[in-house]
Amino acid sequence: MRVLTCADSGVLVEVADLTEVIALGAALEAAPVPGVADVVPAARTVLLRLTPGADPGAVAAAVREVPLAPAGERAEGETVVLPVVYDGEDLADVAGATGLTPRGVVEAHTAATWTVAFCGFAPGFGYLVCDDERLHVPRRAESRTRVPAGSVALAGEFTGVYPRSSPGGWQLLGRTEEKIWDLHRDPPGLLRPGVRVRFEEVR
Amino acid sequence: MNALEIVATGPLTTVQDTGRFGHAALGVGRSGAADAASYALANRMLANPAGAAALEATLGGLRVRARGPLTVAVTGAEVPLQVDGRGAAMNTVLRLADGAELTMGLPTRGLRTYLAVRGGVAVPPVLGSRSTDVLAGLGPDVPTPGTLLPVGPPPAGFPNVDLAPVPPVGGPETTLRVVPGPREDWFTGDALTTLLTCAYEVTSRSDRVGARLSGPVLERSREGELPSEGMVPGSLQVPPTGEPVLFLADHPVTGGYPVIAVVRSTDLPRAAQARPGTAIRFTL
Repeated sequence: MRVLTCADSGVLVEVADLTEVIALGAALEAAPVPGVADVVPAARTVLLRLTPGADPGAVAAAVREVPLAPAGERAEGETVVLPVVYDGEDLADVAGATGLTPRGVVEAHTAATWTVAFCGFAPGFGYLVCDDERLHVPRRAESRTRVPAGSVALAGEFTGVYPRSSPGGWQLLGRTEEKIWDLHRDPPGLLRPGVRVRFEEVR
Repeated sequence: MNALEIVATGPLTTVQDTGRFGHAALGVGRSGAADAASYALANRMLANPAGAAALEATLGGLRVRARGPLTVAVTGAEVPLQVDGRGAAMNTVLRLADGAELTMGLPTRGLRTYLAVRGGVAVPPVLGSRSTDVLAGLGPDVPTPGTLLPVGPPPAGFPNVDLAPVPPVGGPETTLRVVPGPREDWFTGDALTTLLTCAYEVTSRSDRVGARLSGPVLERSREGELPSEGMVPGSLQVPPTGEPVLFLADHPVTGGYPVIAVVRSTDLPRAAQARPGTAIRFTL
């Protein structure tokens, strides 16, 4: 663990991998550190945004003492099942990049149990990870100016679902009708850090 | 219910408060008044509670009509101010009769002017805040001519000053204090020296998300991509062009380019008042 500071506004904790990100995020939720207003987990880091006047040195010292629960001891998060029509424009490109057939991509994507590692990019956009390294693909060389809401996509080690229509550079596999972000729901985001996700093919 | 009727908005007027807290893990940023100090002053003058929502006008041009008698205060970037055609003063408590029209001209210096109303702008909050996040598309709709903004019930306390003496906001040059990091190790040693010795100009491609700066390129010492990480307001993020972006209130929750230094929180209000063309100097 390496602890960096963002002036007097934040403490950025760098950890070894996503497993530690998830563990630290969960630990900070269970036992909040005083002076922390917001916790922002990301790919290799957890940012603690400070309340005005908080001492970054004190928060940095406190976070070093936070015990990371070993993976096995953590409570299972809730599981969300997302029905997906796999007719995405990049399915053939993803097949090419992975060495699988388009059918094989769909099978791998639906067979895996995904976990939301963190959110970012847009409200409710979750970065989901799984153990199947065959599905690691680069982003598209050129991003699209408009990706429709509900698009299910891959990029890097992640899969994600666009909560609303936006520009995007991820490889599109298909689409879901499920509302990923709904302000009339509490919490509004379906894909929150720690939530497990399975994709189910609908034809 | 009393209300503020929007007659004209200038380039951009939004409803803002202290921002949205506790939802960053869902990918929701803080947003809130860009110049938190001027915004807070306007509420204090009216004895409003600290988080009452107000209007943030960008480069002036805001015109409102009082629906019912209202008490207001205007702070931030200094604009020529008129009530029903008569001159009125910034940083004072102004009483608007029912139907009175308040007009802001162009600011002589600075960028963002705040209009607070006693009782606060009472649009429905979204995720605990009445701030419009222009990047995420969250919060109240951006007001347009004809929008009626409801005003909340007056607070228990009464204004106890008529005038707040404040130094002028904005100017052709400003100096902002920074703390290097968290990713200064992604840059050459010269890059930090360059940042701390050269002037950077605020470009016109600036908004509530960030001030895009133009100036000497900050060179990286390493190749490769930084995995996206959480950002704070005041971050000086350096994209591949080498020219930094100074993140403001509506900055993305996470970013994929390294941050060479972060502006101290007490200097953020001044950063938010730097209009295009302003020369910024960074110092430790």
